[in-house]
Amino acid sequence: MSNYLKLIALGLVTLFAMMGINYARDLAYQVHAVIVMLVAGGLFLYTLRRTDEPALAAGSLEHEYFDSVVRAGVIATAFWGVVGFLAGTFIAFQLAFPALNFDWAQGFANFGRLRPLHTSAVIFAFGGNALLATSFYVVQRTSAARLWGGNLAWFVFWGYQLFIVLAATGYLLGGTQSKEYAEPEWYVDLWLTIVWVAYLAVFLGTLIKRKEPHIYVANWFYLAFIVTVAMLHVVNNLTIPVSVWGSKSVIVWPGVQDAMVQWWYGHNAVGFFLTAGFLGMMYYFIPKQAERPVFSYKLSIIHFWALIFIYIWAGPHHLHYTALPDWASTLGMVFSIVLWMPSWGGMINGLMTLSGAWDKLRTDPVIRMMVISVGFYGMSTFEGPMMSIRAVNSLSHYTDWTIGHVHSGALGWNGMITFGALYFLVPVLWKRERLYSLQMVSWHFWLATIGIVLYAASMWVTGIMEGLMWREVDANGFLVNSFADTVAAKFPMYVVRGLGGVMYVAGAVIMCYNLWMTVRRAPAKEASLSVSVPAE
Amino acid sequence: MEEYTLLRQFADSWMLLMLFAFFIGVVVWVFRPGSSRVYRDTADIPFRHDDKPAPAQGKAKEART
Repeated sequence: MSNYLKLIALGLVTLFAMMGINYARDLAYQVHAVIVMLVAGGLFLYTLRRTDEPALAAGSLEHEYFDSVVRAGVIATAFWGVVGFLAGTFIAFQLAFPALNFDWAQGFANFGRLRPLHTSAVIFAFGGNALLATSFYVVQRTSAARLWGGNLAWFVFWGYQLFIVLAATGYLLGGTQSKEYAEPEWYVDLWLTIVWVAYLAVFLGTLIKRKEPHIYVANWFYLAFIVTVAMLHVVNNLTIPVSVWGSKSVIVWPGVQDAMVQWWYGHNAVGFFLTAGFLGMMYYFIPKQAERPVFSYKLSIIHFWALIFIYIWAGPHHLHYTALPDWASTLGMVFSIVLWMPSWGGMINGLMTLSGAWDKLRTDPVIRMMVISVGFYGMSTFEGPMMSIRAVNSLSHYTDWTIGHVHSGALGWNGMITFGALYFLVPVLWKRERLYSLQMVSWHFWLATIGIVLYAASMWVTGIMEGLMWREVDANGFLVNSFADTVAAKFPMYVVRGLGGVMYVAGAVIMCYNLWMTVRRAPAKEASLSVSVPAE
Repeated sequence: MEEYTLLRQFADSWMLLMLFAFFIGVVVWVFRPGSSRVYRDTADIPFRHDDKPAPAQGKAKEART
């Protein structure tokens, strides 16, 4: 019966998408209508072929974990990671060598179009899939329960991939509402909202049917990430479409309120997507890899409440010296500085989990990766509050210092903890005894670390240089440098930054090969993936 | 009183007090007597149930070692 309803819905969506192709007012919408038509039509045929077939005599699956979706999430994370890093490295070289903005690709593959593709690919595709996969893994293990909602988890996974494809193609074709990290247009936003509500339902449903009396702290962080991102996404994307057949829409917030809402969203995308969610990963995978419980569970609870109470206020520091009232930007600045405490509390908690097991750093490159990620978390959460101080911001804002800061956090903290989690997960999920090669993990570790150092150091130099050049005045009060002077002066640092990116991508490619060979070649623990280990 | 002023006054008086009190409450709650024992058990959650979910009913206690 439910299949008939599905068929009706999919048929209607396909029909609507076909009309969309015909009536489309812009290219991005037209291409998206084609994609939606193909996906919905394909699903229609898929469902049709399975309708009225005798149901397989599947027993209850409650006695085993739902790991196939986690495996898919791990593959997607590695794939989108390499795509996003490659896009980033390419646009880094576009800045150094403008000739790479090819004439034949103008309007599709120039820096302005590729830049949001890069940010969304690494944050939402790489980071988002890492969060999906690890949250589904962690919530099952720490609740001792199978994922709630049956195949709903598969809907979340594939629905999220569709969102990524729609967002990425939209950017290249110019379908963007020009809000940083919230570029997708209204219909893509609506789709993400549906997927996100399903994600929340799967996660909460699993927590509700948990067999452990307590909710482990990692799940608190994941839940805060899911709930807050839902709230941020909806409020920042309250738009009215100009036409059902076009991608253009108009935001309901006026002027400075819109800017405030955007950076309330933008900074909390950092605070809850890239921090709270990844702290959930830290609180599960570091104890697992170190084989000892978290340093202080009390500290982890205080860390959680302090972080979520304070982060939400820090957004206005993106709007110093703008039309935003001074009291609001001061509030954002003060809360940013207060954030030092929970951030460093969390960092200490992660690092001290290794106390008594520091020798593992010498023998286990995976734990080394996790530790350096927490180290980068500490460094970038020190740098961020400093840059939010108005006087420092007057130098750093609009310069490459900001880009360097973001990347020491994203490449160092988010990237490294994700790599660590992938190295932990692949042998477990594919039931292998160990990774294919620890030596390759070491290569990945050093390539990535040196890449980040090159990146961050060159961006500090060029950012501060640029800031100082912009404000330099001569004895008569005239500006000394033109904007083009600063661009010319930055060339060597741009090349160094690009090389850092090349090293980081190379590390990620080595990781993909290593994980692939782990699945293919490493000695297997069990013959079949679907059979769980019998109880002793 | 216009809406903005009303909300603003509420936000930086009672709401601020409430949020602050809640946070202090959490800190006090964390250090309640007997919490260390509970949290030692909670911190061990990742080391149980690695391979399969806990059995359905009533057996949850046994499954934990």
